[in-house]
Amino acid sequence: MNSSRRYFLKVAGLSAFALAGGAGAAMAAGSAPAPAGRGSYEASEKALKAGRWAMVIDTRKLNTVERMRKVIDACHKYHNVPDIPGTQEVKWLWDDTYHHAFSDEVHPVLPTRVEESRFFMLCNHCENPSCVRVCPVKATYKTEQGLVAIDYHRCIGCRFCMAACPYGSRSFNFQDPRPFIKDLNPAYPTRMRGVVEKCTFCAERLEKGLLPVCVEASEGAILFGDLRDPDSVVSKALAENYSIRRKPSLGTDPGVYYII
Amino acid sequence: MLERVLKGTPKFYLWLSFLLCIIGYAFIVYVFQLCYGLKITGLSRNISWGFYIAQFTYLVGVAAGAVMLVLPAYFHHYKPFKRVIIFGEFLAIGAVVMCMLFIVVDMGQPQRVLNMFLHPTPNSVMFWDATVLLGYLFLNAIIGWTTLEAERYDVNPPRWIKYLVYLSIFWAFSIHTVTGFLYAGLPGRHYWLTAVMAARFLASAFCSGPALLLLLLFLLKKLTKFDPGKAVVRPLSLIITYAMGINVFLYCLELFTAFYSGIPGHADPIVFLFMGHEGVDAWVNGWMWTAVVFAFASLILLITPRFRTNDKILPWALIMLFIATWIDKSLGLLIGGFTPTPYETIEIYTPSFWEISVGLGIFALGALIVSVLWKIALDVKKEAGEEFELSE
Repeated sequence: MNSSRRYFLKVAGLSAFALAGGAGAAMAAGSAPAPAGRGSYEASEKALKAGRWAMVIDTRKLNTVERMRKVIDACHKYHNVPDIPGTQEVKWLWDDTYHHAFSDEVHPVLPTRVEESRFFMLCNHCENPSCVRVCPVKATYKTEQGLVAIDYHRCIGCRFCMAACPYGSRSFNFQDPRPFIKDLNPAYPTRMRGVVEKCTFCAERLEKGLLPVCVEASEGAILFGDLRDPDSVVSKALAENYSIRRKPSLGTDPGVYYII
Repeated sequence: MLERVLKGTPKFYLWLSFLLCIIGYAFIVYVFQLCYGLKITGLSRNISWGFYIAQFTYLVGVAAGAVMLVLPAYFHHYKPFKRVIIFGEFLAIGAVVMCMLFIVVDMGQPQRVLNMFLHPTPNSVMFWDATVLLGYLFLNAIIGWTTLEAERYDVNPPRWIKYLVYLSIFWAFSIHTVTGFLYAGLPGRHYWLTAVMAARFLASAFCSGPALLLLLLFLLKKLTKFDPGKAVVRPLSLIITYAMGINVFLYCLELFTAFYSGIPGHADPIVFLFMGHEGVDAWVNGWMWTAVVFAFASLILLITPRFRTNDKILPWALIMLFIATWIDKSLGLLIGGFTPTPYETIEIYTPSFWEISVGLGIFALGALIVSVLWKIALDVKKEAGEEFELSE
């Protein structure tokens, strides 16, 4: 009795081992031709490169609801940003008053032009981003060129980054966004319920050698370039014009500048 | 020892079934939340944390509060506390499990929760929070179970357990410090950006945790005649009194800095919490004033020796203290942090019915865990021949 049980266990163990080995070999054979090496991910030659990407918004040229709406629509349509009504909305680029955009700048009297103007708000792609610091899974990270990006496939939806962002730049998909995308752009991925999203400075367009959508749609009112290059359009514009940024005292070093 | 759960009174099983019903209902609501997303909550783009994270924060304090029994017993050899330490440790287990569940139900993609350990991120406080909470759960489970087993066989607990107990004392401080750091390091959230946040959390934890424990021990005495004894109740209520005093004092420090400095960013959230905004009342105003009234009422009752040592009055003081600290460190804290919004606008958050339903389910699960563990502990104590009724 005892020896037969031992015999049974031996046979069972050996056959399990053989099965596992066989399966492993079969899998190895099946997956052998797939990877063609890491080289397939090399950046495109056409890609625009920068030490640090930055944006300069000339609010003297672009400050009315109608014209800004066109830019916002271009961005949101290109990136499949859903149009969700109410407080659970998703937005990458939007406009607001001076007092809301620059809540630190408490001026009792402002020129009528500024008082009546609208100002773009978007992710500042900070040099020292608090959202990246707090993300527990590295789903939000900073690229070498200074872009703050999100991996939607890794994000666990804890929204710590939203609490950490002092600019309110981030949106959470409280629900499946797809039914709220009216005119789907098949060239850009949609997001799913339960992840955070925001402006990407059009990282995927820079890779193809194109400027961000809002820059193109702004007809010259929004400049985009390398802050580390003194000859870039943004460096020149900042050298020639007085500009401000949102909440610079917090030490995040925002990358979006406003010429007032 | 688990088999002891199988031998209970009908009342005990009725209680467990009641809790299971709530858990079942909440689970169904949670399945809907999983399918439709967090849109069923009252949360929004600007107030992106609410009821769930609020309860998580408060319950970490309840879990850490158990250390107020362990520390005097092991560092100061105050023997009488050893009689009830096991209840504190088991309460901590229930609280930590609730904390973790509140984090998970708050996630948009909960199936990815293990990403926290697959991609460990030491610069994120939330990674540390998950780590220390897990550690605290294991510490309490191992310590609680081992000491109870020793009691059952009427032997001394193994010597190595002492080192784990010492570790757990420091660990308890760490879990709530790290929870404080979740909030205290975020630029632009003025209500949270304060160096005394972790200290406030600890003070609040060391009164609210023991307060809940004492209330539950009083309930236990009514139900099973197990008397914690005056040698436990008196010093513990004194500890609670001091911790609550420090807690209220630290909050007043916040008020001084906010209003004496005159910096609007610091004052605005506090003004909103207590007075609303430009004539707009928020439900949270009444909520916060309730906390103030209860906090001072409980302090008056606790500080006066005549009331503190009165077993009829003490539970009421503890209930008021519990509610006051709960308001301050759960929804009060969260709403204050998110209002005004980063654009200095005012938005009013109210938890939705569904959000509260899921929360109730987690509370019920915590109650279930604590009920089962406490029953095991009680049965073991009874079998070991420990006196239930003390003559004092």
